[in-house]
Amino acid sequence: MLDIFSVDFMQNALIAGILVSLISGIIGSLIVINRMVFLAGGIAHTTYGGIGLAIFLGLPIFLGASIFAVAASILMAFLTLKYKERMDTFIGLIWATGMAIGVILIDLTPGYNVDLMSYLFGSILAVETNDIYAMLSIFATILIVVAFGYRNILAVSYDSEYAAIRGINVPLFYTLILVISSLGIVMTMKVVGLILVIAMLTIPVFIAEKLSQSLVGMMIISSIISMMFTIAGLVVSYYYNLTTGATIILVSVIGMMLFLGYEKIKTIAFKK
Amino acid sequence: MNEKILEIKDLSFAYNGDSVLENINLSLNEKDFLAVIGPNGGGKSTLLKLILGILKTKIGTITINGKNSTDDLSKIGYVPQNTNINTSFPIKVIEVVLMGHINAKKPLFGYGKEEIACALGSLAQVGMQEFANTKIGLLSGGQRQRVMIARALCNHPALLLLDEPTASIDVNGQKQIYELLKELNRYMTIIVVSHDISVTLNYANKVAYINKNLTLHNTTNKFSVTPPLDGHFCEVELMQMFRGKNA
Repeated sequence: MLDIFSVDFMQNALIAGILVSLISGIIGSLIVINRMVFLAGGIAHTTYGGIGLAIFLGLPIFLGASIFAVAASILMAFLTLKYKERMDTFIGLIWATGMAIGVILIDLTPGYNVDLMSYLFGSILAVETNDIYAMLSIFATILIVVAFGYRNILAVSYDSEYAAIRGINVPLFYTLILVISSLGIVMTMKVVGLILVIAMLTIPVFIAEKLSQSLVGMMIISSIISMMFTIAGLVVSYYYNLTTGATIILVSVIGMMLFLGYEKIKTIAFKK
Repeated sequence: MNEKILEIKDLSFAYNGDSVLENINLSLNEKDFLAVIGPNGGGKSTLLKLILGILKTKIGTITINGKNSTDDLSKIGYVPQNTNINTSFPIKVIEVVLMGHINAKKPLFGYGKEEIACALGSLAQVGMQEFANTKIGLLSGGQRQRVMIARALCNHPALLLLDEPTASIDVNGQKQIYELLKELNRYMTIIVVSHDISVTLNYANKVAYINKNLTLHNTTNKFSVTPPLDGHFCEVELMQMFRGKNA
């Protein structure tokens, strides 16, 4: 099985898969515990506007997508903090606007025949060395922010009202969580695409939540689980010539169902 | 003579022009135990939020130990409603308690030895030290509430505020919480907002009825009526008594 990783593009895919698993384990945990899954979906789809902008202006796709995603996350943080009760309306609005901007800008780019599928469902096999450096720098940024801000992020995520009373700048840390999530989402999109990104961010976390006692434990366990699913999906897609992003997600879903089945059997056995 | 802990003078507050509290005056001494009652929307939570500095006072003053209440947040311990707790959150009991710690000398990563010792001390105070490394979601409602009280005690506050501390907790758990508060009341001032009138009145030495205005009574001499046979006051009856006194 190891022979498949002797090919250059598969080596890159493996490194990218591991990096994205680490990133999605950390930010997926933050997204799930803060109940921001819909927000994350909004950011992922809005990012298509950034892809369109980058293509239109001739900029690197990652750069355009990252800038757009960060801007969208700051806007969403501002709106959801200020108008909490209308949060879903604003997310839906920004989500659709971002995608519409992306489609129109690509239409307006002369002679550009874009392969939409690679953005919608990912293209891990097309990862280049520069992409790996970008992923590495985003991973380092996320790690630094989470390590230094851990106790404040934990306090804001667990009980934002109490955190505010204890003098923590809740809007700042809420925005920070969304900004690092947006960067992580852009990186994860490279592997599984914007349609499937939410599954990669939530399935490993869903399993890890049941196995962990603390947030840091949840991040570590979900990163490991994500890595297992990604590598398994990569191998299966290689041997059966399937779309890698979609295969990773299906492997994750099967893994989750097996885990739920095991949990159910354990509960029944415990009752007996 | 007991030292004055909380002093509220001529406090009024309005949300978007709608008056919620009018001309509130309240003074609590060391070891006072105040039960706050009143109808929903009467201003109880607003008063707590003003004391905690979540809402800013525009008319009137709130001082704790003679200083503006928001100058030193470590003087106030706060226990929010039990219903606000997310039980599936992956967090250990000790981490929850550490959130209550206000200390300028926080380490860059993790928690300091002093902080941990202080948090374990607070847990010991509420009889929950053995659960320090347990996931909070695995505890019962009463145990969780004791952890929240430990979090509020982390800074050795002079004033402890509790918002509906026994909501959704069974009778045994309620009694344990109030016995714990009685113990804490030996060395700190306590304010409890509660609909749980009969239990509260067994422990409070003062009762404040808030419905835009505040009426304060000492529980030792205020009721000339005989409590019902089961010993339980209905909140509505109690409110009617207060209204009667104010009429």
